[in-house]
Amino acid sequence: MVVSAWTTPPCLFSAGLHSFSKLTEEGVLIFQSKSTDIHQNLALEDWIESNVDLTNRRLFLLWRSRAAVVIGRHQNPWAECNQEAMRNAGVPLARRRSGGGTVYHDIGNLNLTFFSCRKLYDRQRNLKAVTDALRRARPELDVRATERLDIVLDGKYKISGSASRLSRGASYHHCTLLHSADGSALRSVLRPQSLVSTATPPPVLSPTHLPKVPKLLNAVSFCFSPEFGVSSPLAVLDPSDESLFPGIGRIASELRSWEWTFGKTPKFTVQTEINLSDDLTLERTTAQLHIEVKNGLVSSIDVTFQHQWLPQRLIHELCGVLTGERFCPHLNLALLKTAAYLVYNAFVLVR
Amino acid sequence: MAAVTRGSFIVFRRLLSQQYRCRCFRPQCVSSGRSVQTLAFTRDRTQRRFAWRTLHTNTVNYGPVVQFKLSDIGEGIMEVTVKEWYVKEGDKVSQFDSICEVQSDKASVTITSRYDGVIRKLYYEVDATAQVGMPLVDIETESKVIQEEDVVETPAMDQEEHTHQEIKGHKTQATPAVRRLAMENNIKLSEVVATGKDGRILKEDILNFLSKQTGAILPPAPMQHIQTPPPIPVAIKPAPAMPKPMFTGKDVTEPLKGFHKAMVKTMTAALKIPHFGYCDEVDLSRLVRVRKDLQPVTQAQGVKLSYMPFFIKAASLGLLHFPSLNASLDDACQNITYKASHNIGLAMDTSQGLLVPNVKNVQMLSVLEIALELNRLQTLGAAGQLGTADLTGGTFTLSNIGSIGGTYAKPVILPPEVAIGALGKIQILPRFDASGQVTAAHIMKVSWSADHRIIDGATMCRFSNLWREYLETPEQMLLHLK
Repeated sequence: MVVSAWTTPPCLFSAGLHSFSKLTEEGVLIFQSKSTDIHQNLALEDWIESNVDLTNRRLFLLWRSRAAVVIGRHQNPWAECNQEAMRNAGVPLARRRSGGGTVYHDIGNLNLTFFSCRKLYDRQRNLKAVTDALRRARPELDVRATERLDIVLDGKYKISGSASRLSRGASYHHCTLLHSADGSALRSVLRPQSLVSTATPPPVLSPTHLPKVPKLLNAVSFCFSPEFGVSSPLAVLDPSDESLFPGIGRIASELRSWEWTFGKTPKFTVQTEINLSDDLTLERTTAQLHIEVKNGLVSSIDVTFQHQWLPQRLIHELCGVLTGERFCPHLNLALLKTAAYLVYNAFVLVR
Repeated sequence: MAAVTRGSFIVFRRLLSQQYRCRCFRPQCVSSGRSVQTLAFTRDRTQRRFAWRTLHTNTVNYGPVVQFKLSDIGEGIMEVTVKEWYVKEGDKVSQFDSICEVQSDKASVTITSRYDGVIRKLYYEVDATAQVGMPLVDIETESKVIQEEDVVETPAMDQEEHTHQEIKGHKTQATPAVRRLAMENNIKLSEVVATGKDGRILKEDILNFLSKQTGAILPPAPMQHIQTPPPIPVAIKPAPAMPKPMFTGKDVTEPLKGFHKAMVKTMTAALKIPHFGYCDEVDLSRLVRVRKDLQPVTQAQGVKLSYMPFFIKAASLGLLHFPSLNASLDDACQNITYKASHNIGLAMDTSQGLLVPNVKNVQMLSVLEIALELNRLQTLGAAGQLGTADLTGGTFTLSNIGSIGGTYAKPVILPPEVAIGALGKIQILPRFDASGQVTAAHIMKVSWSADHRIIDGATMCRFSNLWREYLETPEQMLLHLK
């Protein structure tokens, strides 16, 4: 499915302009982010959560980003998506601060973030506002929010997933809204590598069930329901503006750093088998690999060769080299294999 | 694949170097020399969100160990998964420091500490399931606190998420923490006016109910130490309206709760100290004139200047000469600690009741800075937002009962301090001046109390004289300007 060119339907973002209703005492502010950089937008969410006083005030942020894969706070990137495919396609990986599962973002996806203080945190209410708005725009659409806080079209297609974050004073609940995403790109990157993982298990409706929804597109006039009332017209924010958002640059670089994106992965282990064959002697062997990864670094690695291919001492040396290195299945395994070959050959020579 | 080749080359070279050195293969003890990627990940976020504590084992025995329970996340969620710990046993934490990250149903929640203290026990491993309402960590705190759950702070008051509960036929909705609070103070939930959503009783409702009953609020708050009615600072608002007298017609017995309970405790401790009193009068005529002249200047800067900044500064100047009055005696009466900072407390009548916030390091502040600080404390006090930092750490106290009335008093020392002064009202009285003529003088009475175990009468007297001198001839303070 081809990504439809993003033409900003004016009604999409002039949300409340159509449905300005009574001013509630809550005071709702609506903003739209100018940026399509995933890290900048996530940094903006983070900045708002830490710096805006949300007592008796709600804030909505609408944003979208270029192609990116976004994993939840405690997820395992290697289990959720194919790093190699992403690298080849130039799709960056981001880890957000909120929980939940992995999503694929691109311009065909609209993100909505609902900020409030913890007392007013109510995800169902937020989703109701979204479904009401969609139904008001297109009454024939059968969109419903589920218990799992997804929005489902026609009872079977998932068009929106949610995640949220609660901290001391503030909370936010954000959700996606697919209206014209690139399904094939999505499927190619959201295919996990075979790993054993103890990270947060993905939600029941797997991403491959995400629907093509040609019905829900361009002319969606998106009006927030009088559920919240609206008290200000839509304002556009530029998350790269350090003077408006002091410290946001630092947050964005923290979100881009390896230590956050990969280093925050909960502990997991990898069990796999590698095949080694010697071209010269045509000897073949297999090796069982057991790798433990903590904080994104290889904390321990154990190789057991099927035959007595290498003396134990050398195997330990080999493992020792890799311990403490950043985990990257592609590189680690290739390195291990090549090293094993070289050592073996040298070993054979010397013998 | 350049990285691979490079990496493998290093391996190859390293591993084979031994073999070329000696012709046959022999296991060698080689230092691994690997380049361990140190995870030098620092999160230098703003103090408000995450404050990393450096690890140091605290050997000082603080106080009771409080079980810090996992609070309600909201939406009826009863269990969460612990995903990451930010502290470990032995770490020192402050209120609002992050303790751990938990996850429930796509929500990632940062749990922050309610207390200052030392972590003594973690109840869960990473990836374990934690139950809402069950203990999460044990914190050894510095002072006695009610065992409560992690309460989410919003600027003014504590707010909590709600669970719908029914107990014993009362259809009152309140969270477990609120119920406990009510139980400890013997309050029937049905009597409390609920202001929460759907008629839920919030913690503020209980506190309001209590304050209506007793005029003050719950822990930890240093209590009244004067036997006369609570003082209000000079030059601030007029006294609140007198409540309409109600004739009930019968005796009412109620158990002591909240404020009174705490006061009983404090007073019992305080009156174990052998007090002695010393009273005097101060002629403030010159100070009245000085203040009148200075007021327009400070007004222009938006600062209210009362007499208190002068009293406080003069006390600090006096304490420089008599450090034993700014000291503390330990419980066993073995050691006396001369406190370096002059943190002078000021009794204040606030919406939370009678509190004694203190101005820190008065020895370093000018009169104007003290006035500014007083303004700040008074504003916070009026809004009921005085924090622990402002309320603890006092070393000396002044109480201005004169703003309500009275002349002499017998103030009660607030442990662990050793002295206190009560200031009566300023009256215009006839006095003889230097030339023997009767003149109108602004006279204020002061009543000092001190701990007779370490302070003697002469010391108190000399301090009082010095203090009085500074106030009777304010220009003397100029000599000490830095």
